[in-house]
Amino acid sequence: MIEEKNKKPESLYLKLMPYFEKYGILLLLLIMILVMHILQPDVFLSWRNVTNVFKQISWQSMLALGVFMVIVTAGIDLSVGSIMMLSLMILAIVAKAGAPWFIVVMTPLIAGFLCGLINGAGITFLRMPHPFIMTLGTLYIFRGTGNLISGGTPISGFTDEVRYLGHGRIDLTWLGLEKSQYLPVSLVLIAVVYFIFWVFMNHSRTGKWIYAIGGNPNAARASGINVNKILIIVYSLCGFLSGIGALILAGRADSGYPNAGLQSELDAIAACIIGGASFFGGRGTVLGVFAGVMIMGILRNGLNLMDVSSFWQQVLIGSIIVLAVYIDVLRRDLSTRK
Amino acid sequence: MSSTNNFLLEAKGITKYFGTITALENVNLKVRAGECLGVVGDNGAGKSTLMKVLSGLYKPSAGSLHFQGKEEILESPRDSQNLGLEMVYQDLALAGNLPIGENIFLGREPTKNLGLLKLLDFKKIKELTDAHLGKLKINVKSADQKVEELSGGQRQAVAIARSTAFDAKVVIMDEPTAALAIKEVGKVLDLINSLKKTGVGVIVISHRMDDIFTVCDRVMALFQGTNFAEAELSKTSRDEVIGWIMGKK
Repeated sequence: MIEEKNKKPESLYLKLMPYFEKYGILLLLLIMILVMHILQPDVFLSWRNVTNVFKQISWQSMLALGVFMVIVTAGIDLSVGSIMMLSLMILAIVAKAGAPWFIVVMTPLIAGFLCGLINGAGITFLRMPHPFIMTLGTLYIFRGTGNLISGGTPISGFTDEVRYLGHGRIDLTWLGLEKSQYLPVSLVLIAVVYFIFWVFMNHSRTGKWIYAIGGNPNAARASGINVNKILIIVYSLCGFLSGIGALILAGRADSGYPNAGLQSELDAIAACIIGGASFFGGRGTVLGVFAGVMIMGILRNGLNLMDVSSFWQQVLIGSIIVLAVYIDVLRRDLSTRK
Repeated sequence: MSSTNNFLLEAKGITKYFGTITALENVNLKVRAGECLGVVGDNGAGKSTLMKVLSGLYKPSAGSLHFQGKEEILESPRDSQNLGLEMVYQDLALAGNLPIGENIFLGREPTKNLGLLKLLDFKKIKELTDAHLGKLKINVKSADQKVEELSGGQRQAVAIARSTAFDAKVVIMDEPTAALAIKEVGKVLDLINSLKKTGVGVIVISHRMDDIFTVCDRVMALFQGTNFAEAELSKTSRDEVIGWIMGKK
């Protein structure tokens, strides 16, 4: 009897723990939204501002998702910003050469995929001691190549079809909404891509193996999993997502420009870390990355609304990274002290 | 112990070089169904290398492997698994971040089709895991528990459960009790004994004479990468086996 009584609170705690682990980051996101809403009650949750946030995070969310998969394997991809820039430049050149829009739209996806393939092949076949080194190398190589092929100058002016993903609007007047209350195509794209990758990471064998490799690569190998093949797939998909990012950015900026995606690899990594992905691999969720991207987007947006200088934004984002990881450390302490 | 001469697994003349180092030279090994073979030897005697050759992780430089009388060439651990040859590694080879069930079926997950998509069948994984753990009398809170939350003995039990989940015929265990608390050792040895009763051939590599003399039927010693001695357990003694390990006959 006494044992039963002692057991109860612990089992409740243990029951809640996984949910907290899974959805705690969403709680943080909700709190942030609430705080911003209280601080900016008229603007923050307005249709215009909410869609604006989604448009602003659209291409970053693609990079973050790619980097997330890489981080789950206990790797890192520093080259996503450069992959995006190179893909964007190729898109711009192909578009300027007068190629039909459906070819133009395919180019950044293929280019991004191939860049990722190069990363994956380098890490596995060249046996680089750590993905950090390979992707640090390609960070320079891809951006340099992008500047070489474009002459380092912006190339502007794309057709509406090419700009659709980044710039398109879905009219909602048939729902009785006003003309200004449209749905950005990029928002729908984020939802679709994140859903597909959520299914991939959680319900496919390959996704499970990606987590297994991050948890214990030797276990994965001993289970007959072709670890190198999976790593190449992961880095290629990361490049592919950077290519989608380039396509979105092409729509938003209507231009291929040399500074595209500069340092955005760090934003992508930050979003993963804030979203609860572990640098040691094997831990993190697609939902968490989405929350991480949203938290960074909302923070920037909210601080802009309140006219806080961008220097403070840097300080705050940095602080949030440290704080988020510290909360994670505390949480892990609690969950292991049974 | 089975009295037939039909060996389940037979390794003949296995030699393995790593560059200029000879890890194994002309080593023979055989195991019957329902029999437990103990492999002993000092550090660096070649025990682990031999096991990695048997599991397909290393390709031998020379020699051949025969499974149920037929010669087989193993290109990868997948090949040996397909034959029914399973390995329980010393470092357990479990992914701590995954639940018990997903570890047991790692690399061979049951799937269900959803249109063109092949999705993991979590329900089936859980059912099969519960049934399998029950059959081996392994007690854990739930198949959904993450492996990193388990004790050393429980982890070893999960590793053994994984090795036998797919109709294994030979299970190779590398130091199955090395990392365990004393009270957990007995449980693991019981598990090995119950495996033998199901007709599985077991190869146990161990430093611990207690393990060897509790579960094994036959013991062989490696010394500096070669076969040094071999005997039925009933015809030898602890002191003699310890002597073999140190290279004395």
